Amino acid sequence: MATNLDQHAATTATGPSGIWSWLTTTDHKRIGILYGVSAFAFFLLGGLEALVMRLQLSAAGNDVVTAEFYNELFTMHGTTMVFLAVMPLSAAFFNFVVPLQIGARDVAFPRLNAFSYWVFLLGGLFMNASFLIGAAPNAGWFGYANLTSAQYSPGLHVDFWVIGLQVLGIASIAAGINFIVTIVNLRAPGMRLMRMPVFTWMTLVTQFIVVTAFPVITVALVFLLFDRTFGTNFYSVSAGGDVLLWQHLFWLFGHPEVYILILPAMGIISEVVPTFSRKPLFGYAVVVYSGLLIAILGWGVWAHHMFQVGLGPIADSVFAASTMLIAIPTGVKIFNWIATMWGGRLGRALRGDACLPAGRPATDGHVLRRGTLPLRTGGRRRAGLVRGDLLLVAQGVRAPAQ
Amino acid sequence: MDAKKRTLVGVALTMLMVTLSACTGEYPQSTLHPTSDFGGEIDRLFMTIVWWALGVFVLVETALIVAIIKFRDRPGAPMPKHVHGSTLLEISWTLAPAIVLIFIAVPTIRTIFRTDSTPPENAMQVEVIGHQWWWEFRYPELGIVTANEMHVPAGEPVTLVMTSEDVIHSFWAPKLGGKRDVMPGRSTRITFTPDSPGTFLGQCAEFCGESHANMRMRVIVEDSAGFAAWVAQEHAAPPAEETLSGDIAAGLGVFRTKGCIACHTIEGVAAGVLGPNLTHVGSRATIASGILPNTAEGMARWIRDPLGEKPGSLMPPMPMTEEELSALVAYLQSLN
Repeated sequence: MATNLDQHAATTATGPSGIWSWLTTTDHKRIGILYGVSAFAFFLLGGLEALVMRLQLSAAGNDVVTAEFYNELFTMHGTTMVFLAVMPLSAAFFNFVVPLQIGARDVAFPRLNAFSYWVFLLGGLFMNASFLIGAAPNAGWFGYANLTSAQYSPGLHVDFWVIGLQVLGIASIAAGINFIVTIVNLRAPGMRLMRMPVFTWMTLVTQFIVVTAFPVITVALVFLLFDRTFGTNFYSVSAGGDVLLWQHLFWLFGHPEVYILILPAMGIISEVVPTFSRKPLFGYAVVVYSGLLIAILGWGVWAHHMFQVGLGPIADSVFAASTMLIAIPTGVKIFNWIATMWGGRLGRALRGDACLPAGRPATDGHVLRRGTLPLRTGGRRRAGLVRGDLLLVAQGVRAPAQ
Repeated sequence: MDAKKRTLVGVALTMLMVTLSACTGEYPQSTLHPTSDFGGEIDRLFMTIVWWALGVFVLVETALIVAIIKFRDRPGAPMPKHVHGSTLLEISWTLAPAIVLIFIAVPTIRTIFRTDSTPPENAMQVEVIGHQWWWEFRYPELGIVTANEMHVPAGEPVTLVMTSEDVIHSFWAPKLGGKRDVMPGRSTRITFTPDSPGTFLGQCAEFCGESHANMRMRVIVEDSAGFAAWVAQEHAAPPAEETLSGDIAAGLGVFRTKGCIACHTIEGVAAGVLGPNLTHVGSRATIASGILPNTAEGMARWIRDPLGEKPGSLMPPMPMTEEELSALVAYLQSLN
């Protein structure tokens, strides 16, 4: 066991460098870094697009870009920031941190993990390649039917968007399944669900949303692709189709997507605040349940994106009320974070009292290192969890003073 | 004051000025100065929620800032006690937001029902038809068809029954009330009672293609005498052809021969339906859905280069000499 682990470490964290090793890596940390770097690059691109838009808007009647290119800019800005910046940024943290937090050597399917990353990257590059032939998506990041129809959006613009999003969806669903399997099956012995670190919890919740919400947009996009390519009539009003079908499907995906973006960040906050307060998370179970509740309620609020559609006062009221309900678990999380800080010692948390494996020098890339990641669980009992050479330190357990 | 402090105060004052400058002036499309019952409803709800939100914000931020200052790491500070939670606290801060939400939800739902219920029997009906990229307004009870400028009487309820010819648009005159989408294959409705006379700007609020930003409109609210005068003017037939002379008569000839008649209606002259009805185009304040003033110069600019003024416009530039153009403009301007 120890030998295997050493070999694994030797070929990954401290393994060979060079471009080829990065292109072929299946190591979760390296894939996490790849996600992070790619997300940051797309983030800069999306920011650049926003900058040009703002330049155009800085004076009335400005002529920085054409109307057509402006529409491409805001479409690609929105799509880039949601699908190519924030989602992969979360993926960077999932990859880097989750196996460490649960004491797994890697994710359950390392090659599938690499597949997810490369499919994501190619999907992002494919969509942006549309700029090179002057046919970037131009119907808004929400792509409302029937503006996206072949009649009102001729050319390849919308096709790049549809196919690009489908490819990104494949990457997301594959990664979602991978992380669900990883978290459910590869936890260190003794780490029951309610002892999992909150970030891992939020990752699990997020991945369940991914694998349930993405099929919805997949269906919506298939309809659109078929309408544009094969002459079907899902969104074609003249043939009895309904333009609102797109909006319902898009937001039925789109609102859970909001929680795909925010829950991992909430998970990170739930780790950072206790670590730097030198206190365990206040109300661990409540923070976990409120995350779950946000995910569940998140499925029942989509029509608040459609209040201007005229669904009628009953539907509008129901969706207004369900939307307000989400404020409760969200507020509860914030109250628990503040309560965690209360009575703490806010500041340099990991000076000498980092979570360290007892009596072992922490040098391996897989073993928790002094002053790096704050890895703790919020369970009620203090427990050190050992698996192979990995030592996972649950909350409150510290290395003896060295 | 030393230099550093002065700089700090300067920065703070500048930021305050920049922030507060957003509060000055009454912008033409500000929802914060409503001029209808619908707009008033939204404004009151908005202010209710703002005050609740402000209270919550102050409480939570105070707790956060106090925690950050009071419990910051200081030399010699004791190691914190490991507290894991408190059932009593969890229950109370679950219930507290729930109670606040009741105070927000009740007025919200009341507003939704008040602003989206069955319109009153006596409401005047206007059919709104969205086009890429202009607005058509039809008054079925009055037999009037016009474009981009909707006239309504003050103090009387008006119901807009809306649909679209092409893609989804959204009717939004911010001072008069909320948005309502204008969709192909569907009929939507919005009812409001304007308070007082005035001209209120609005625009399409759902991205509808290349010139979405150029799809503007005006709602002209008039007292009952003014509205009656406008109706009478719209009902007046254009001057008979044989009474026209000079440039105006020549302009009518240009209108007939340069293809304008294929898309535009002028009562007694042409019956095209793709573009706006021009029977009384001279009486409007703007043309091309509010992007150009309706002057001889503005109209000439528009006819000369519609695609330059409104990218993607379905109106093609028609080849004509400057003489023909000025005659055409003179004719159209005469159509009051």
